[in-house]
Amino acid sequence: MSNLLLFPIIIPLFFATILMIFPKNIKLQRVLAVVGTGFTLLFALVLLAKVNADGVQAVTLGSWPAPFGISMVSDPLSALLVVTASLLVLFVIFYSIPIIGVKREQSFYYPGILFLMVGVNGAFTTGDIFNLFVFVEVLLMASYTLIVHGGEKPQLRESIKYLLVNIISSALFVAAVAFLYSVTGTLNMADLAVKIPQIEETGILTVIAVMFLVVFGFKAAIFPLYFWLPGSYYAPPIPILALFGALLTKVGVYAIMRTYTLFFTMNVGFTHELLGIIAILTILAGCVGALAYFDVKKIIIYNIIIAVGVILFGVAQLNQPGIDGSIMYLIHDMMIKAALFFLVGIIAVLFGTTDLRKMGGLIKTYPVLGWVYLLTAFGLAGIPPLSGFPGKLLIIQGGFEGPQFWGSIIVLATSLVVLLSAVRIFIYAFWGQPVETVPLQKSTFNQMFIPTVILVAMTVVFGVGAELFMPFISGAGEVLLNPSIYIDAVLKE
Amino acid sequence: MEIIMSVAIGFLFMAAVYLMLSKSLIRIIIGTGLLSHGAHLLLLTMGGLGGNSPPVVSHGVSVSDYADPLPQALILTAIVISFAVTSFFLVLAYRSYQELGTDNMNLLRGTEDYE
Repeated sequence: MSNLLLFPIIIPLFFATILMIFPKNIKLQRVLAVVGTGFTLLFALVLLAKVNADGVQAVTLGSWPAPFGISMVSDPLSALLVVTASLLVLFVIFYSIPIIGVKREQSFYYPGILFLMVGVNGAFTTGDIFNLFVFVEVLLMASYTLIVHGGEKPQLRESIKYLLVNIISSALFVAAVAFLYSVTGTLNMADLAVKIPQIEETGILTVIAVMFLVVFGFKAAIFPLYFWLPGSYYAPPIPILALFGALLTKVGVYAIMRTYTLFFTMNVGFTHELLGIIAILTILAGCVGALAYFDVKKIIIYNIIIAVGVILFGVAQLNQPGIDGSIMYLIHDMMIKAALFFLVGIIAVLFGTTDLRKMGGLIKTYPVLGWVYLLTAFGLAGIPPLSGFPGKLLIIQGGFEGPQFWGSIIVLATSLVVLLSAVRIFIYAFWGQPVETVPLQKSTFNQMFIPTVILVAMTVVFGVGAELFMPFISGAGEVLLNPSIYIDAVLKE
Repeated sequence: MEIIMSVAIGFLFMAAVYLMLSKSLIRIIIGTGLLSHGAHLLLLTMGGLGGNSPPVVSHGVSVSDYADPLPQALILTAIVISFAVTSFFLVLAYRSYQELGTDNMNLLRGTEDYE
C-alpha cells in the first residue's frame, strides 16, 4: 500500500489553501500556483510510472478494509487522466497570466483553479461511488465560482442556469446512489462489480444504470442533456472556458466509462445499445451546432459535444479496439480542446470580437498563428499522422467489430463536418480582406502563444508517436475490459 | 413506515418540481432545497429504517438489531454539500438581482442577445 496516489489530490488542496491567505500579492499567487501545479504533475507522472510497473494501486482511507471504508484506486486509466489533467491545468495557468486581468487574479482566481484540480483528480482516482459524488461536488463548487468569476452580466445570467442544472443532477445523483445502495448494500465500485452479477433481478439494475447515465450525462453533455453547455460555457473568459472544455465534461465521460465497463454490464443488450444510440445522436446534435454558428467560441464549444459522442460510442462497443480508442481519443480530446480554445482566445483578443464575420486576413500579420491553428484543426478532425487519427481509427474499428457498424459510418462522415467547422474559422479569420486588429503587445502575445505552441506540439507528438503511448493505452483498456484485475487489486488490500 | 417515507419523498420531489418551474428565482432556490431534502430522505429510507441499537458492538445484540450506519454518514455529507450549494445560490441570486435588476427567469432566458 502506497499513499502516492493521494498526492495529486492533496498537493493542489494544500497550495490552494495557502494561496487563499494572501489574495493581493499577485506575483506570489502566480509563482505558487505554477509551483503547486508543477508538483502535482510531477507526482502524477511518478504515479503513472508506478501504476504501469506494479499494477493497480489502492489505498483504503483510515485502513478500513476495502468494502467498508472509502477506497482510492489508481488504475492505468485514472493515472493517465490525472497526468493529462494536471498538465492542462499547468498550461491554463501559464495562459491565464497575461490575459485574465489583475482584478480577477486578486480575487481568488488561482485557488479556484487549484480547487477545481482537487475535484477533477479526486473524481478520477476514487474507487467509491459516493466519494465520486463528493469529488464531483468539489469540482462543481470550484466551477461555480470560476464561471461567475468577475461578475459580468452575462456571466451572472448564465451561471444561474449552470448552477440550477447541476443542482438537479446532483440531487438525481444522490437518489441514484440511494437506489443502488438499497439493491446491492455496498457503494465500493470493486465490491459492486462482485455483487451486481449475483443479483438476479436485472430489471431494477438496468433502471439504476440508466439513472446513472442521466446523472453523468448531465455532466458529460450527452444528447438530450447538453442544452445547458453552449450558453454556460460561452459566458466566462477564455482561460476558464479552456479549463472547463478540457476537464469538466471529461469527468462525466470518465464516470460513464468506469461504471459502464466495471459493473453495469448485466444487461449489455439494452444499456450499451442505448449508450451507443445516444452517442450517435450527441455527435449529430453537436455537428448541427458547430455548423450553425458564426462565432468562434460557439463552434469549438459544439465540438466538445461531438467529441463526447465519439468517445462514448467507443465505450458502448465494449470490445478491445473500441475501449482503447476511447481512452486514446479522450486524452487527445482533452489536449486538443485546450489548445483550440487557447488559439481561438488569441484570435478573439486580436480582433476584439468572437464573431467570424467581422474577421479576416490575419495570415498576413500573424502567419505562424495561422499555420499552428490549421495544424490543430487537422488534429481535431483526425487527419492521419495527427493525434485525433489513431483514437478515431480504433473507435471505428471497434464499431465495425461490434453490433453498431452503422454508427462507425456516421462517426466517419461527421469527421468531415468537424473538419469543415474548424477550417471555417481558418477561412474566415485568416483569409480574405484584412480587418484592422486590436494592437497587442509583443510580449503579451508571446506569453499567450508560447504555451499554446508547446501544447500543440505535444498533441502532434501524441499523434505521430501513438505507438509509443500504445502500451499505456492498452494497459488502461485491459483493466477496463477485465474488471477482475481492478476487483482483485482493491479487495485484496 | 417505509410507505409513509416514500409518500413524503414523492411529495417533496413534486413540490420541488413545481417550484422550480416557476418564474421567480427565490422560488426556484427553495425548490432546489426541497429537491435535495427529498434526495436525502430517499437515501435514508433506502438504507432501511430498521434496527433499534446504535451501530456499536456490544453484548447481547445481534447483527439484525443494528441500525445501518452508512446511510447516516452519506446523508450527513450530502446535507453539508447541499447546504453549501444553497448558500452559494442565494448569494448568486442576490448579486444577479443587483446587477441585472430582475429575478424573473423569463427575462433572463436566451443565450444570444447579450447586451
